[in-house]
Amino acid sequence: MLGLFSLQNQNGPPGGRAAQPRLYGASTKKRDEDTSTEVGEGVDEWPSSKTVVKPPDQLDLTEAELKEEFTRVLTANNPHAPQNIVRYSFKERAYKPISYVDQIAIHFSLNGNMILRDSDEGRRQSLRLSNASEKAPSETSAVVSEEAEIKDEKSTEDVQAAEEEEAEGTETAEAAEAAEAEEPPPPKVKEKKLPNQFNFIERSSRTLDNPLRERASQSEPTPCKNFSANANQWEIYDAYMKELQKMEKSKEKEKPKAQIGKKVEKKRGRKLISLESQGDDITKISNAAKIMERMVNQNIFDDIAQDFKYFEDASDEYRDQKGTLLPLWKFQYDKTKRLAVTAISWNPKYKDLFAVGYGSYDFMKQSQGMLVLYTMKNPSFPEYVFSSESGIMCLDIHNDHPHLMAVGFYDGNVAIYNLKKAASQPSYKSSAKSGKHTDPVWQVKWQKDDMDNNLNFFSVSSDGRIVSWTLVKNELVHTDVIKLSAEGTTMQGPEGLQLQTVGCGTSFDFHKKIDYLFLVGTEEGKIYKCSKCYSSQFLDVFEAHHMAVDSVSWNPYHLKIFISCSSDWTVKIWDHTIKTPMFIYDLNAAVGDVAWSPYSSTVFAAVTTDGKAHVFDLNINKYEALCNQVVVAKKKNKITHIQFNPVYPVVIIGDERGQVTCLKLSPNLRKMPKVGTAEGPNHSRSLHAFAVLSTLCFIGFPNILSFPSFGFCLQNSWKLE
Amino acid sequence: MAETEETLKRIQAHKGVVATMVVNAEGIPIRTTLDNSTTVHYAGLLHQLTMKARSTVRDIDPQNDLTFLRIRSKKHEIMVAPDKEYLLIVIQNPSE
Repeated sequence: MLGLFSLQNQNGPPGGRAAQPRLYGASTKKRDEDTSTEVGEGVDEWPSSKTVVKPPDQLDLTEAELKEEFTRVLTANNPHAPQNIVRYSFKERAYKPISYVDQIAIHFSLNGNMILRDSDEGRRQSLRLSNASEKAPSETSAVVSEEAEIKDEKSTEDVQAAEEEEAEGTETAEAAEAAEAEEPPPPKVKEKKLPNQFNFIERSSRTLDNPLRERASQSEPTPCKNFSANANQWEIYDAYMKELQKMEKSKEKEKPKAQIGKKVEKKRGRKLISLESQGDDITKISNAAKIMERMVNQNIFDDIAQDFKYFEDASDEYRDQKGTLLPLWKFQYDKTKRLAVTAISWNPKYKDLFAVGYGSYDFMKQSQGMLVLYTMKNPSFPEYVFSSESGIMCLDIHNDHPHLMAVGFYDGNVAIYNLKKAASQPSYKSSAKSGKHTDPVWQVKWQKDDMDNNLNFFSVSSDGRIVSWTLVKNELVHTDVIKLSAEGTTMQGPEGLQLQTVGCGTSFDFHKKIDYLFLVGTEEGKIYKCSKCYSSQFLDVFEAHHMAVDSVSWNPYHLKIFISCSSDWTVKIWDHTIKTPMFIYDLNAAVGDVAWSPYSSTVFAAVTTDGKAHVFDLNINKYEALCNQVVVAKKKNKITHIQFNPVYPVVIIGDERGQVTCLKLSPNLRKMPKVGTAEGPNHSRSLHAFAVLSTLCFIGFPNILSFPSFGFCLQNSWKLE
Repeated sequence: MAETEETLKRIQAHKGVVATMVVNAEGIPIRTTLDNSTTVHYAGLLHQLTMKARSTVRDIDPQNDLTFLRIRSKKHEIMVAPDKEYLLIVIQNPSE
């Protein structure tokens, strides 16, 4: 259509085109000849004069410009209509251009009130009018006629002719009826009343709004608290433990118990001193302070601690079986500087704890004594300190009750110290009434509990008595076991009395396995083999030394062997069935103490008063010490005691200045004999060695006397292996 | 009581010990040998760290508990010994 239209226009005369308005928006792209140029084309068509009347303000254009064709397009487009409308489509959620833009421009609009006769509305209205006229005929004929007339005016053209005829005639009623009959019968159905078809009036009214009033009240907010906590594994555990304890407590209250079982508390620095828990802030930190002190010490003595744990002297391989003692810590306490170490003992339960007894060996200078316990973990300060009036000469720690220590004093008393109790005084002490010794007590040793489960220990003293002390109901009760008497030294006293000189016991040792058997060393140099059962007689006597026997000790593995040392510069090893010693070592100075090692039956160590420590291993070298080492630097100092640690490869050596030195044994000194039989690594080969030696001894080779030179061991002249 | 005092004095007198502090369960210092601000600083930080360390140890095994904590740094070593209600902190120069 469009195309045709436009074509038509192209072909048609220009004049005629102007009069034809375009109803459709023709494409403006098509160039149509315009009709409004006056000059260009008008010249050809108009038969007017050649003179052209130019208005004064006309543009002067060139010919080319004049000939230029301007296309003017007359379109039916509404210039006010937008060229492109874009609407938002909710369905596609995007702006979409509307393809067709309405180009209708309304210039004038008037709302009329004429309706089409044939439309629904028109029909309805005419029906209504006819209904109204139906009612009229029942009233008056004139009215009818009028109405008929009215009806005539309002009825359709088809009926008009018939109605006109009726209007003329008097039979208007019939005509009206006829007209009515012609008309569609009055609808008996009520139709919707159309209110106000043209002027719609709406009326509304509004009731009064009740004014709203707001009323509010606020209650007090419930108090809120922020609470946060962690529910860790251990919190749950703690809660359960508390519950358990509560339950246990309630159970205990139900069953009244007379006794509270003895519990061995941990002594390792966690001792809670009940006297201190008085609410003082500082006391509660005592545990932490103890640990801290040890930590600080560990830091300070770090290299020593490392040596202790890890250092193994590698040069031992080149030393041809010899060994060395590496000095580690030095333990000292300023209050004991004037005192000599008279006894040392390791605690059987806590392997780093050892007890040192202080006193004096000097007869003239006797002062107080001290009992001090150190731990290797804290070299700078002791753990426990006890002081006493008289010098301590010996001490022993009970194997089963490591908190009990038996102590022998210079004044002849014995005492038991209890570490668990905070008192600085001994728990039990003997006195003159209870049968203390009259001379210094040189050695004490715990025994097994007697039949009544009472603790008991033995003591030996220079007064010649070996006394057994029993702790019966918190009292020390003594029993004389043996009275030592020097044999054959009955003197003729005045008036014919036979005085028996009493031998002075200076050391003793109990057999590890045979309970009743023990050895006593005396000041005369004799060693008595005794039994607990015989109180007056000895089982055997050994003519051991020329001077006092300082220490006697059974071999921990080989049950027949024991060792003795004396101030006569010798150390002798014996088999208790043989009267003569198996080995004699001359150490060139008075031997203060000798001790077997706990790890090998052939290793023992001896200390001399010249400050040297000698370590022997009979398995390796029967004649010489593996190690002769000066332990104490000062010449004025003498070493008094030595002890091997049961677990670690260290020895502690005490000297006369109150100092205890801890030394580590080098590997050569720690060799354990290789396992031959199932008996165990330690004593199999050594047993064999000793067995051979003992048999050879028994054969009866002469015993060669000791030569005081270089510490050689002079044995029977034959050589073994 | 005197014993604990003695112990603390000894610790302070040891070689290399820079400072000693006692802190309570809430991180408030009770006793110190340093100035206040530094003490408060140390106390707050170490208290949290100790709580965390203890929580770690116990979480893994509730029957276990922290015995001490050592922090070694370039300049010195901080040692913390926790107790039930208190914390003992010692700063030491171990190399001296």
